[in-house]
Amino acid sequence: MRERDLIIVGGGPAGLSAAKIALESGLSVTLIERAHDLGGQLVKQTHKFFGSKSEYAKTRGIDIAKILIADLEAYSSKLEIYQDTTVLAMYPDHVLTAIQGRNYMKWKAKAIIIATGASEKFLAFENNDIPGIYGAGAIQTLMNQYGIMPGSEVVMVGSGNIGLIVSYQLIQAGVKVKAVLEASDHIGGYLVHASKLVRLGVPIKTNTTVKRAYGTTKIERIDTVRLDPQWQEVEGSEESIDCDALCISVGLSPLHQLLSMSGCEMIYINELGGLVPKKNEQYETTMPRVFACGDVTGIEEASSAMVEGKLAGLMASYSLGYEHPQFETLKAETLHQLQNLRQGPCGIKIRQGLEKAGEAL
Amino acid sequence: MIEYYLESGEEMRIVEHPILSFEKQNELHFTYNGKALIGYEGDTIAAALHDNGIMHYSNSIKSHRPRGFYCAIGNCGSCNMRVDGVDNIKTCMTPLKEGMVVESENAEVTIDA
Amino acid sequence: MIRRIGYADKELVKTKFPSEEILVRPKAIIECYQEIPCNPCETSCPFQAITIGEDINHTPVIDYSLCTGCGMCVYSCPGLAIMVAQIKDKRAYFKIPYELLPIPQIGETWHAINRKGEILCDCRIEQVMQSKKTDRTVVITASVPQEYLYDFVTVRKRP
Repeated sequence: MRERDLIIVGGGPAGLSAAKIALESGLSVTLIERAHDLGGQLVKQTHKFFGSKSEYAKTRGIDIAKILIADLEAYSSKLEIYQDTTVLAMYPDHVLTAIQGRNYMKWKAKAIIIATGASEKFLAFENNDIPGIYGAGAIQTLMNQYGIMPGSEVVMVGSGNIGLIVSYQLIQAGVKVKAVLEASDHIGGYLVHASKLVRLGVPIKTNTTVKRAYGTTKIERIDTVRLDPQWQEVEGSEESIDCDALCISVGLSPLHQLLSMSGCEMIYINELGGLVPKKNEQYETTMPRVFACGDVTGIEEASSAMVEGKLAGLMASYSLGYEHPQFETLKAETLHQLQNLRQGPCGIKIRQGLEKAGEAL
Repeated sequence: MIEYYLESGEEMRIVEHPILSFEKQNELHFTYNGKALIGYEGDTIAAALHDNGIMHYSNSIKSHRPRGFYCAIGNCGSCNMRVDGVDNIKTCMTPLKEGMVVESENAEVTIDA
Repeated sequence: MIRRIGYADKELVKTKFPSEEILVRPKAIIECYQEIPCNPCETSCPFQAITIGEDINHTPVIDYSLCTGCGMCVYSCPGLAIMVAQIKDKRAYFKIPYELLPIPQIGETWHAINRKGEILCDCRIEQVMQSKKTDRTVVITASVPQEYLYDFVTVRKRP
């Protein structure tokens, strides 16, 4: 069994940012990533990022991933990275087991950071299991990572930032977006994203959702239905749209399983996307020296995940007696960054969620 | 001699993109339920199937409803198939390799010893 | 209203334009109607003409006496929400961000499109600029008759 100072589960924006800080603090680090590529969802974000300079605003997500990965190169002697590797279990004595292909592996760590991210929510409607009905992230993976179009005519369900961004990316890839459906009475994501679509001729239909899908072995058509202010279907309002792919973008929920099954105290908070670990101001869960950051602690933008990763890296190192050379400065800066990202009207959900979780902003 | 072909022609693969560049990779040959197909290096099995216009991977165990992928990042299990005789392979995460035998799982699968 | 339809109507658009006398010189038009955590427009402006301030959720405020219409904010805005406008010889000239294929070529005639996605008229592609700095966002200069000053937002290839 290998012994390490710190094991980080998840090589997305949070995990990579945490790794950099921990390495700078002098820890030996093992980074475990389930996918083949590091970078998490950043590797399919072709758009320029929002936020401020500290979170790489105006740099495309695909390039932010490259920066975060390159940042680790200087520390190769203290860092080992396992890709294509799935963590199977975490035990109270900080033993972690994982599988890579057919190799079973085991580590013991002094501290652990869980940065497993999130998974896409699904939507209940008739025939929602027909092939060709995909999550928005799946479409991004297929299109932006593997260069394959999901279909030629797509309908998007959900107008949050992901739904709007993926719709735009579909158009960039040469796919026709026939409509964006939004069940509530207003667009969920940033207006600038919505405006980009509307000017390209994509109708955004508020108070409208998908009622059923048609097709035998692949999707051919959907029926939409209008919803009244009480979210009840309006009779006689059904309309058909032909499509060969349907994209579901109705939110994300934290990938909490590793934390839940290890015995961390969890809380269900709707505003944070579902089940999240209870954690203190040091980003530590109820399991001593097990830290959590990024979407697994509540759904936000990747910008916040990067900042949270830095904080968790700082705190995990500190807990082992390795104080980062710029501990106080970095702590103050990152806390300020998080506050800045969350304090506007768009941060209301995350603020409410954190309040319910008993955490300060 | 088996003749491998790309079922859907080329239309699913992005040739030009304003932000990304996709270089054409080496051809790989594989079979899907006995059908000889072409994919490319760097594809996952699911991506190569989709490029061939195949969205229907398997059928559900009880009701035998058609199944394709949903999340493409290894969370949902909807894309599981039998690959080179091994059941329950996440085709969305598994890189395509030359000569792979990919089959639908249409009934209860076994746990490989 | 804008949160239901996804685009600004003409009245709202006009609030983001300076007077037509000021527009004899090129000026940035910032269509940022919502407080979101974002400030690349402020940090990219070489003339400090755009102010957001300490709270990056504030919407940008532009000082037209400092703006030169250089267009650096046009490709820096992640929301593609900034264009540069100028009035010259009864025509309205615009620098807009463009991230689709095909890329327009100088001298071509394309359709001029309004915020609703409707065709306004034909427009002339005057200039096409892309460099390492624009990072795959192409900055297109297009011109339309001045009457479309508050309507024009992008270009679309004619069939």
